[in-house]
Amino acid sequence: MAKKLRRHVIAMTATAGSGHPGGSLSAADIITALYFKVLRHDPENPQWPERDRFILSKGHAAPILYAALAEAGYFPVAELATLRKLDSRLQGHTDKKFTPGVEMSAGSLGMGLSFAIGVALAARLDSKTYRTYVLLSDGECEEGQTWEAALSAAHFKLDNLTAIVDYNGMQLSGWVRDIMNLEPFTRKWQAFGWHSLDIDGHDFKQILSACQGAEKIKGKPTVIVARTIKGRGVSFMENNVVFHGKAPTWEEAERALKELE
Amino acid sequence: MAEASTRETYGKTLVELGRQNKDIVVLDADLSPSTMTSIFAREFPDRFFNCGLTEQNMVGVAAGLAASGKTVFVSTFVVFVVCRCFDQLRLCISQPELNVKIVATHGGITVGEDGSSHHAIEDLALTCALPSFTVVVPADAIETAEAVKAAASNYGPFYIRLSRPKTPIVYPEGYHFTLGKAVTVRQGKDATVIAIGIMVAKALEAADVLAREGIDCRVINMPTLKPLDEAAIVKAASETGAIVVAEEHLAQGGLGSRVAQVVTRRKPVPMEFVNLGDRYAVSGKAEELLQRYGLTAGDIAESVKSVVKRK
Repeated sequence: MAKKLRRHVIAMTATAGSGHPGGSLSAADIITALYFKVLRHDPENPQWPERDRFILSKGHAAPILYAALAEAGYFPVAELATLRKLDSRLQGHTDKKFTPGVEMSAGSLGMGLSFAIGVALAARLDSKTYRTYVLLSDGECEEGQTWEAALSAAHFKLDNLTAIVDYNGMQLSGWVRDIMNLEPFTRKWQAFGWHSLDIDGHDFKQILSACQGAEKIKGKPTVIVARTIKGRGVSFMENNVVFHGKAPTWEEAERALKELE
Repeated sequence: MAEASTRETYGKTLVELGRQNKDIVVLDADLSPSTMTSIFAREFPDRFFNCGLTEQNMVGVAAGLAASGKTVFVSTFVVFVVCRCFDQLRLCISQPELNVKIVATHGGITVGEDGSSHHAIEDLALTCALPSFTVVVPADAIETAEAVKAAASNYGPFYIRLSRPKTPIVYPEGYHFTLGKAVTVRQGKDATVIAIGIMVAKALEAADVLAREGIDCRVINMPTLKPLDEAAIVKAASETGAIVVAEEHLAQGGLGSRVAQVVTRRKPVPMEFVNLGDRYAVSGKAEELLQRYGLTAGDIAESVKSVVKRK
């Protein structure tokens, strides 16, 4: 399934002529694990009150989320070809108002964790058992609001909240470590009061076991730092900063799709 | 005129609403003793969240709660939520049209001694620029209670601006506020003053002074800045032929700009503007600042006289 979603990302962004393939490909295995193994959800009923919530904070990775939602049955797979086109339900960055299954509008970075805290607090107020998952990029952990939210989630003891960081090490103009170093990253979350662990974000088993493990942690939120590779799955996109925010040409897309067969 | 605190009224009204609706949740950023959400916090500790000094985060938390079915009131000082969190208001609340009510206190320069960092004079331009937001500036404590209730019972994003000092009571008990409707608080035929917030009481004072000089001045309170009551503006322009707009805000983007857009398009008449112009104020007592920056009843009266001459 992850390979299928990656193929969608390539085709969608190539068709749209713009978009962010790199950060979509790095998150492909995490998104696949969530939508096809972890989340309790009902594509027939996107507003099911008991559903687990998934919030994509790194809104530029919209293509991978759309691909998963379509394959899960929220809307027809054929609609993926309308990405970024006028009157499409699939906006350039996730938009809560238009797309079934999209929980939050994103695109200005660093806002998703706060939103997820609100959702998790609501679960507590209403004695609901759903879990809230939020996917952050490493780059957006440079935003101050992410750390305001990190403080808050621990302060409110939100053990029904799991944050996953797609730590691909790259942002728009280069390596995160060169632009605004985040390390020691996992220890920062620990110091903020989170249960935190490092995993290989492309290892399905590790993703699943980390998500399951988080459910057993009481009294604090969990962060899964998923070490990933930007552009993962397509040789010439891997660790290539050019494909952060540039769609593949048709020729590149053909090569990419061949690699993903 | 008798005076009452709009902030205290806000806190008490929240409690009343909280008793009626268990989905009302209140967030504050360490200022609940000042914003008076502390009254709600005492009665409903489980539905009150002190977010500490994480205002940007607080706006996002509010959005998440609202997306999960809550009616969320968010309070702190105006500058800390409207000015500091504009991008969060935009993307997390305005764009997805969530049910969040920003009720912020310490609007305008009557914050006083704390100085220009705390004077909220850009907020109406910013919030009126947000699609899907309803923007309300109550004239007194009675209207505050009505506006807060209206915010709770109408779905969608709201911004309500309250003041620090006690404000004169303009309305009789039993006044009923209608969202989006202007209120003629004094009849008159020679000119109209359209005012909001603390400037409504000043406009009434000005009208008394002008009456002694033979100018019959209408006073309209425009509590809802957005959506604007265009019909009331057109009627005032047609019937009195001159308009003065008075607000405790910068010249750009507030009530003056909004009324002028309607007047120029639908019924052009001479206009004057009483506001802060294009500058920051300094520390001082509220009344001293209103004098220094031209926001007194006398300033309104002068503007009315000059606009009447241009008819």
